[in-house]
Amino acid sequence: MAAVHDHDIAHAHDHHPTGLMRWLTTTNHKDIGSMYLWFSFLMFLTGGVMALTIRAELFQPGLQIVNPEFFNQLTTMHGLVMVFGAIMPAFVGFANWQIPMMIGAPDMAFARMNNWSFWLLPPAALLLLTSFFVPGGAAAGGWTFYPPLSVQMGMGMDMAIFAIHIMGASSIMGSINIITTILNMRAPGMTLMKMPMFVWTWLITAYLLVLVMPVLAGVVTMLLFDRHFDTNFFNAAGGGDPVMFQHIFWFFGHPEVYIMILPSFGIVSEVIPAFARKPLFGYSSMVYATASIAILSCIVWAHHMFTAGMPVTGQLFFMYGTMLIAVPTGVKVFNWTATMWRGSMTFETPMLFAIGFVFLFTIGGFSGVVCAIVPIDIQVQDTYYVIAHFHYVLVSGSLFGIFAGAYYWLPKWTGHMYDETLGKWHFWLSMVFFNLTFFVQHFLGLAGMPRRIPDYALQFADFNAISSIGAFGFGLSQLVFLAVVLKSIRGGAKAPAKPWEGASSLEWTLPSPAPYHSFETPPVIR
Amino acid sequence: MSQEAGHGDYYVPAPSTYPMTGSIALLFMGFGAAFSVNKLQLGYGLLTIGFAILFYMMFVWFRTVAHESEGGKYNARVGQSFRWGMSWFIFSEVMFFAAFFGALFYMRVFSVPWLSDLDHKILWPDFINEWPTAGPGITEKFMPMGPWGLPAFNTLLLLTSGVTVTWAHWALKLNKRGQLKIGLFLTFMLGFIFIGCQAYEYGHAYSELNLKLSTGVYGASFYMLTGFHGFHVTVGSIMLFVIWCRVLSGHFTPENHFGFEGVAWYWHFVDVVWLGLFIFVYWLI
Repeated sequence: MAAVHDHDIAHAHDHHPTGLMRWLTTTNHKDIGSMYLWFSFLMFLTGGVMALTIRAELFQPGLQIVNPEFFNQLTTMHGLVMVFGAIMPAFVGFANWQIPMMIGAPDMAFARMNNWSFWLLPPAALLLLTSFFVPGGAAAGGWTFYPPLSVQMGMGMDMAIFAIHIMGASSIMGSINIITTILNMRAPGMTLMKMPMFVWTWLITAYLLVLVMPVLAGVVTMLLFDRHFDTNFFNAAGGGDPVMFQHIFWFFGHPEVYIMILPSFGIVSEVIPAFARKPLFGYSSMVYATASIAILSCIVWAHHMFTAGMPVTGQLFFMYGTMLIAVPTGVKVFNWTATMWRGSMTFETPMLFAIGFVFLFTIGGFSGVVCAIVPIDIQVQDTYYVIAHFHYVLVSGSLFGIFAGAYYWLPKWTGHMYDETLGKWHFWLSMVFFNLTFFVQHFLGLAGMPRRIPDYALQFADFNAISSIGAFGFGLSQLVFLAVVLKSIRGGAKAPAKPWEGASSLEWTLPSPAPYHSFETPPVIR
Repeated sequence: MSQEAGHGDYYVPAPSTYPMTGSIALLFMGFGAAFSVNKLQLGYGLLTIGFAILFYMMFVWFRTVAHESEGGKYNARVGQSFRWGMSWFIFSEVMFFAAFFGALFYMRVFSVPWLSDLDHKILWPDFINEWPTAGPGITEKFMPMGPWGLPAFNTLLLLTSGVTVTWAHWALKLNKRGQLKIGLFLTFMLGFIFIGCQAYEYGHAYSELNLKLSTGVYGASFYMLTGFHGFHVTVGSIMLFVIWCRVLSGHFTPENHFGFEGVAWYWHFVDVVWLGLFIFVYWLI
């Protein structure tokens, strides 16, 4: 019996089609992971070009490059593309590559569905991006789709709604796959509390995704029906309430921001111990902190809506709930710091990005606590302060985590060491230009510059010019990353099975590049 | 190479064109739906093609899974994966309905009372806080859908179907194939009768109660909640029918019948959602 199975598996793995058909039909977690990562990089560049167009327009006061309608489409689509096209698929790419290798599994639990989860993304992206060319243009009400604006817009909004549905289906299938893989396919002896931190954070992220993506699907469905089928969910004349949309949307949206940061927490929790050559400080407290963040994230959504009209008791509840999240997040930051304390540290590129993450994410966390305070939030609501805050957590948080992970695992994926010099260039350029872009936006916001407006008062001119220069520098720096990745794929120093002496998880027991099928014989964890 | 507790023989399927087929289907459906809701002729065609491809994909994909299962390719650990997968899928469905129930509670507890409060007297002086309501700006008269006629009968239908599917499950476990066939047949027939009753109820609501999708928040929540539920009953009944056909062609054993279990779980989920609907949409008005 076993022999029959062996034959099937060997057949399934070794005689895969070549060329385009390999990628279209693959059931291999590494192929699918690579597709996710390349797709997300492509979307990162797409969303980046939109961001640079926005920054070019904002380089000087007055209207120069785009008209206001198109500007609004750009801010909306930049948000949607970066959130659903770049950050989330990148994390799923990491999950696909790493989770089976880190828990000692042969592949993902549902290999065919895994392929579908990925291949749903290109149609969704196509719907989003081609919506620029339909009458009325792309959705322009902001990535949050607030009615009544979103009820009034043209066909682009419908295309965005259906794109959300498709991407939601992709996320839910991907998450179910990840949860099942983690719960059911761990190597013998790997108890839950022995799992690598990256696997833990993804387990909790996937849980959050299954929890909130259907709610997003529900609320955009209500929007679709308000738009085309005469319902009155968000229309006060029919007894509904536009603010209800915001409540349901942010019930999805707030856990979503943790969905976009928890896997980065996991990556950083792998990278810092490896380069500090010490085990992660406070592993179990890390697990509990991650779980606490996930639970708290579900009961703080209305802090996005302090100015939308809410009873004071509601404001107090959501303010204190939000500030409470600083506690488990603080646990994490202190644990990373304590891991580095008296470690034998070296500063290769993954470590640089991880340390950059800890510094800058913490700044973003602090400005988050500032925004959580109702009287302050009423001042900074919808200003560049909020933009600065969430780019500190999303770019120097999520994205730097992604870069840290990419450099950390590139030797395992490609079999070659990446170019350390170029990697360091990438880090320092990103670090400098990122802060140049977004640090000044704190001042702009505090001074009252509103977001999502293509023009501004003259006193904001200098900071905006600095921010735009920083943005172009940051955008161009990312081409260095592309160069590093391509170089590492094409050649370079041969990577040993374990290029980082402090690394300890299971993937480093496999040769580099990792073989097409990871663990046919599960390793035994002591 | 067989391990004690290992998964060296975990079935990893060969490369497959089904996922790609499904993605092409959704590409057509996405554009088709976006064009259709904007009344573009092209949209209906695209939508039809998309659905056709999707149904084809689902047919061949599920058929393959059934054959793989009957062919003994799935070990116990694969079965465990399916169980986890189905559980989490049902959880995601629960959250989908939670969004609509949440909207219903928000309307009843917040938005409708607020619209009748002192702040809104200038705008709508005559609006009073009551449920069901079509809202302050919609003056067309309507009648609400009461619970004790057809909805109560529908509750009985679904609760009975929950019993018959459990009976069928026990019959399958005890290898009594005759009872299994009857139990499953009764279950999906009850499901289809339920759908027929719902269709009749909608007709009644539109023609005699003047209760429409556009009847303010009451109409919106009534039709969206019962509509999505009805859609799920339809899907569940088709799933039960497919399982019944598989039983007729000799599939499933007392030990190995995940396909049956997954559908039964789904059916119970649909049943429980209905109880929520019966209480909060029909009864408490």
